Amino acid sequence: MEAKTKKELQIVATRIRMGIIEGTYHAKSGHPGGSLSIAEDLAYLYWKEMNIDPANPKKADRDRFVLSKGHAAPGLYAALANRGFFPVDLLSTLRKTGSILQGHPDMKNIPGVDMSSGSLGQGISCAVGMALSAKLSGADYRVYTILGDGEIQEGQVWEASMFAAAKGLDNLVVIVDNNNLQIDGTIEEVNSPYPIPEKFAAFGFHVIEIDGNDLDQIEAAFAEARTVKGKPTAIVQKTVKGKGVSYMENQCSWHGSAPKKDDYDIAMAELTARLQELEG
Amino acid sequence: MADVMKQATRDAYGQALVELGAENPDLIVMDADLAAATKTGGFKKAYPDRFIDTGIAEGNMMSIAAGLAATGKTVFASSFAMFAAGRAFEQVRNSIGYPHLNVKIGATHAGVSVGEDGATHQCCEDIGLMRTIPGMVILNPADGIEAKKAVKAAAAWDGPVYLRFGRLAVPMATTEDTPFEIGKGVELVAGSDVTIIATGLLVAEALQAAEELKAEGISARVINMATIKPIDKDIILKAAAETGCIVTAEEHNIIGGLGSAVAEVVCEANPVPVVRVGVQDTFGQSGPADELLTLYGLRAANIVAKAKEAIALKKN
Repeated sequence: MEAKTKKELQIVATRIRMGIIEGTYHAKSGHPGGSLSIAEDLAYLYWKEMNIDPANPKKADRDRFVLSKGHAAPGLYAALANRGFFPVDLLSTLRKTGSILQGHPDMKNIPGVDMSSGSLGQGISCAVGMALSAKLSGADYRVYTILGDGEIQEGQVWEASMFAAAKGLDNLVVIVDNNNLQIDGTIEEVNSPYPIPEKFAAFGFHVIEIDGNDLDQIEAAFAEARTVKGKPTAIVQKTVKGKGVSYMENQCSWHGSAPKKDDYDIAMAELTARLQELEG
Repeated sequence: MADVMKQATRDAYGQALVELGAENPDLIVMDADLAAATKTGGFKKAYPDRFIDTGIAEGNMMSIAAGLAATGKTVFASSFAMFAAGRAFEQVRNSIGYPHLNVKIGATHAGVSVGEDGATHQCCEDIGLMRTIPGMVILNPADGIEAKKAVKAAAAWDGPVYLRFGRLAVPMATTEDTPFEIGKGVELVAGSDVTIIATGLLVAEALQAAEELKAEGISARVINMATIKPIDKDIILKAAAETGCIVTAEEHNIIGGLGSAVAEVVCEANPVPVVRVGVQDTFGQSGPADELLTLYGLRAANIVAKAKEAIALKKN
């Protein structure tokens, strides 16, 4: 990736992280940890990879994105707002009564959200349905979905995966965000889904393993996925839960709790410093 | 009643899908390995490219249907009522109901008339489950003629619809000329002493019950309530006001189904006795469908008895 592009995307990812902190702080609830871990994915998808138009969020030939790990909504909303789907100011209304920014993605009311999600395991099936629809219509849009590593404990993920491979949905990219933490502990402690790449390979996916907080590796993975024919791609990415906020990194306690005022100040100071560093 | 002509509503469902497939190139039919039983097999044969079988994975099927609908397809997703409404309840609720997507759930093998397969496959809870999902339309046609109309109305409806069909061949209780509109009950027989509000295969029993009551000098109105949700409040309240008592009849648990829906309307606006004919909060069992319908009290004779109870409960 060109240095200039990379810096632009790093700035975007930092702004997404600031939006996550802003939203969850004002909401006094929400899921910062798993939102922060996918900031680079969201930056790359919405600024480079996907054919989308913030001025025409429902355009028929757009690429689709389904946040199967719907609790990372603060991340998705921050990406959509910074991309121009709705005002960034709206992020501070996250989870508030009357706000369009529901605790989990709501396709009916949020510009740019392609599928309501949040009940784990269902989003991947919805993404599979969209990818299948493209094939049935002879359309060439692509479908992307991000799953949590804890989420793949849901049996429906494997029902969807079996089907996607059986139907040869090469327009589908499933990203598994392997930050290793779920609410009750590490994913091995709770109910280990490891080895993850081997499982998706056995289900018939083309599997790519990357560091999901590394934009160069993300770019290479999505480029590779475009070359794969006849089977869906799974990008299994190691990430750091809480990435970018020092005290949240690798702490499962920040899965589903919001920063308080002091936490907020520290996080925003860190992210502002990062932004200044990037913007020079 | 022309009981020479019998058809299972699932058969009419399958026929209607084939007809709709010709009219709408964006119509997709899904199944979860039960195409021969749900009767989606005809569509599969006619339009193999638009027939999607997920295999035995009903929850996955419902969410895939949602994804298809989110990209502009009209989808009929089929399974037995037990698995469509029961196993896949949460996918129906969250993937389809919450975003109000254009998925039609074709649920066959509802009720005890499934017969020999027994309790695991005899779903008497589906109306109750589906009724609690905001925006869900529930259609429970009485016979093959009405089932076809229901399928076509569902296809034209914008939003999720749950269609309830039976396995058993049942007599025609309606004719081609009987009006069908989502959200409207239809008065099949005029009457003034009691109103029988029936749905599904109990409509034919209700018509027979009305004849038996007539022979005893009791004037029973019969309403076919093919739409359970949104329920036709006007026809219920008119019946409450004009006949003073109501009997409901359905092949469903008396909890949560048509009887509950009618009682809710009546209690809030014009309380009159409502007596429910239905499965008495119990599981079914294996046996020939006709024997089970009798065993679980879903016959004209049961409606006649409950009609007399309802009349006795009327305040003078």
